[in-house]
Amino acid sequence: MHTVSSPYLHKPASIAGVMREVCLALLPGIFVYTAFVGAALFAQIAIASVTALAAEALFLKTRGNPVRPFLTDGSALVTAWLIALAFPPLSPWWLTVTGVLLAIVIAKHLYGGLGQNPFNPAMVAFAGCIVAFPALMAQWPAQGIAAPFGEQMRIILCLSPRMDALAGATPLSVIKASGAGDLYTDVREILVRQNLYGTFAGKGWEWVASAYLLGGLYLLYRRVITWHVPVAFLFGMAFVSLLFWRHDPMHYADPVFQLFSGGSMLGAFFIATDPVTGCTTPRGKLIFGCGAGVLAYLIRVFGAFPDGIGFAVLIMNLWAPMLDRFAQPPTFGERGGRV
Amino acid sequence: MPQVSFKFHGGLKLPAHKDISSGASIRPVLVTAGQRLVIPLSQSAGAPARAIVAAGDHVRKGQKIGAADGRISAAVHASTSGRVLAVEERRMPHPSGLSGLAVEIEADGEDLWIDHAPVDYRGLSLEDACLALQEAGVVGMGGAVFPSHAKVPQRHAVTTLIVNGAECEPYITCDDRLMRERAGEIVAGVRILRDLLKAETVLIGIEDNKPEAIAAMRVAVAETGEGEIACRVVSVPALYPAGSMKQLIRVLTGHEIPVGKLPTELGVQCFNVATAYSVARVFLRGEPVVRRIVTLTGGVAMPGNWEVPIGMPVDQLLALAQPVDALSGVVMGGPMMGFEVPALDVPVVKASNCLIARVPGTFPERMPEMPCIRCGACARACPQDLQPFELYWWSRARQFERAERYRIASCIECGCCAYVCPAHIPLVQYFRFAKGEIRTRDQERKMAETARERFEFKQFREMREKAEKAERLARAAAAQAQKAAVADVSGGAPENEADTRKAVIAAALERARKQARNAGSRQE
Repeated sequence: MHTVSSPYLHKPASIAGVMREVCLALLPGIFVYTAFVGAALFAQIAIASVTALAAEALFLKTRGNPVRPFLTDGSALVTAWLIALAFPPLSPWWLTVTGVLLAIVIAKHLYGGLGQNPFNPAMVAFAGCIVAFPALMAQWPAQGIAAPFGEQMRIILCLSPRMDALAGATPLSVIKASGAGDLYTDVREILVRQNLYGTFAGKGWEWVASAYLLGGLYLLYRRVITWHVPVAFLFGMAFVSLLFWRHDPMHYADPVFQLFSGGSMLGAFFIATDPVTGCTTPRGKLIFGCGAGVLAYLIRVFGAFPDGIGFAVLIMNLWAPMLDRFAQPPTFGERGGRV
Repeated sequence: MPQVSFKFHGGLKLPAHKDISSGASIRPVLVTAGQRLVIPLSQSAGAPARAIVAAGDHVRKGQKIGAADGRISAAVHASTSGRVLAVEERRMPHPSGLSGLAVEIEADGEDLWIDHAPVDYRGLSLEDACLALQEAGVVGMGGAVFPSHAKVPQRHAVTTLIVNGAECEPYITCDDRLMRERAGEIVAGVRILRDLLKAETVLIGIEDNKPEAIAAMRVAVAETGEGEIACRVVSVPALYPAGSMKQLIRVLTGHEIPVGKLPTELGVQCFNVATAYSVARVFLRGEPVVRRIVTLTGGVAMPGNWEVPIGMPVDQLLALAQPVDALSGVVMGGPMMGFEVPALDVPVVKASNCLIARVPGTFPERMPEMPCIRCGACARACPQDLQPFELYWWSRARQFERAERYRIASCIECGCCAYVCPAHIPLVQYFRFAKGEIRTRDQERKMAETARERFEFKQFREMREKAEKAERLARAAAAQAQKAAVADVSGGAPENEADTRKAVIAAALERARKQARNAGSRQE
């Protein structure tokens, strides 16, 4: 097509390119995570991706949108991958499929498709499934019992019975229990005793989180995201966890532990940074990120769910449009004088 | 010496494409006998000039053919000698493709000048010097074509003169070549402008991708023997749109012209280098603006810069640069802010700094438009610190008040947002549309307001007339009553009679007043 009005030049950038960068940035996390929980994760990613693309294609067609440009924009894949990473890796296949359908069909297309959804689709899937299937969504693989791939697949495909032995406590669930219970033992002590403490945070999880951090730094370097949301998110979480930890170090984990546990890093760099559902102004982003970090901590520690990222992000999604409205930066010529 | 200390938000490092045309020196374009030039009468940002020649007239080069019409207007001159064929509507080099009044001249090939002589501006009053500029048709040659005389402020004192040699848009090299080859005349023009403005400092801003131009200008400034304080050539980082007036002022002085204010209110005024050059030609040679340097580039075998008589049709000019292929279009101006000419026979005007011959592959193909994902790349690129995706949203939804609240009026249409948009949304197109709609709406509102005022005045007048009539009637009635009272009681007790009479008159007057008051209050 002939560009009819200026500018006639265009940067070789595309939405597909942006999504490709996000997927690329997720790879280190995915690999470390796989090394930790087993190749079942790849299967989950595959199930999620196929479901997402199929649902996307079907709904694009139903809604009368051109299928090709939208199917190849990569947004459905990013959603699918985030769902696969946020759900327990040995979830039954239908749980993953349900989550993806929830995200693509309800959270995305019923609101108008790409760019129109007010809520983060992957987190809608997470919230929907954790409310509907709390037990399944809490089955995280036990430390050190990574079953062979064949067995994992049989579990995912519901061919083998779901053995409770495969599921175990996560560092976060232990902390939550200790925070609620009246134990006179240091939380770290408990983790160490249960062989759940690694070098500076939850065993295994700390390296998954570090790999997400690495991917996040790549996104920053590639300017796919700005620093505001991740920094504010991590600051918010660190600050509030510091308060509790300083107040009662016996029952509350230290900030470093919190930042490298559960979905903190994934949330800070990959979920709260979703531009469609988050804030876009610099100040809005800071408030959004900080709020999500604080809420994630509070829900994680005092709420009923294993982790708080999903609900924290969804709650902040509600605020995002208003935050942006009040956080409009001054335009050129509104600051006055030399700056 | 520290050079630039100020930055503006956003901006782009663009592929320059300037090497294509910057190598060769400026070549003159000769007008041959029989060649036809179409000289539009509207060649300034102000009112079009009034034609003062008619078909059949013989004109000489530099002869005034259009007189300035009002203060914000500039004269137009014949750019060669010959015969006026017609004064009629012609298609204009404007994105709208609309036509405007133009003078068509058939060249006699002699290219004979009118009698002209240098004018010593120092002997002129400020008004006369400004008049000379207006009469010589000097307008902003950077592309905005605002009449230059109107930029010499009457009220505010200018302390700093900014001279714009940034030339930030890709492909364009006309100012670059002009600075390299004719720096002396530019600096002479700069000094004239400085004297007219009574400015203390001159800052000449040139993007650092033009080292030869910077060097040439520095030499020319040094040759004047004035110190660096009085006139300084500053190398500014090549960051589009550093050549936009507000951004350049910011880069050079740190001042951010407040929304709705003029640079002169901050003691700053800005002229393009080519405008300064025109000013020098006016006073040092007595030549009005009859030609300009035009970059011919893009899909041509002989890219470069030509000194072109105003009014030369685009296709005839491009033929000199030998297009390599069948043209799919010609872009006038740069690739970021220029426009495709509506037809190839439109003339070159004072605003035409560059012609880009478009052949397949010159510009990237337009990609299908996707929905906005609010990634904010546009906001990060915007040199005016706007939120283009918000403006897009409201423009698209036709919620123009909201767009105005997000300061769509501050948009300079530089194209940075659309350049970076990963969804390939033609943002600037949406903004032009919204601005047009807002303009139309404001005009309609103004007209409605005028109509309402007229209607209300008519109503008021009718009411007033009614009230006046009522008053008159009341007076007549009162007079009659008085007469009757006098007739009735003639011969009775005088004091009592007089009292009764007074009461009757008072009652009648009161009635009349009430009526008038009622009429008055109804009209409100």
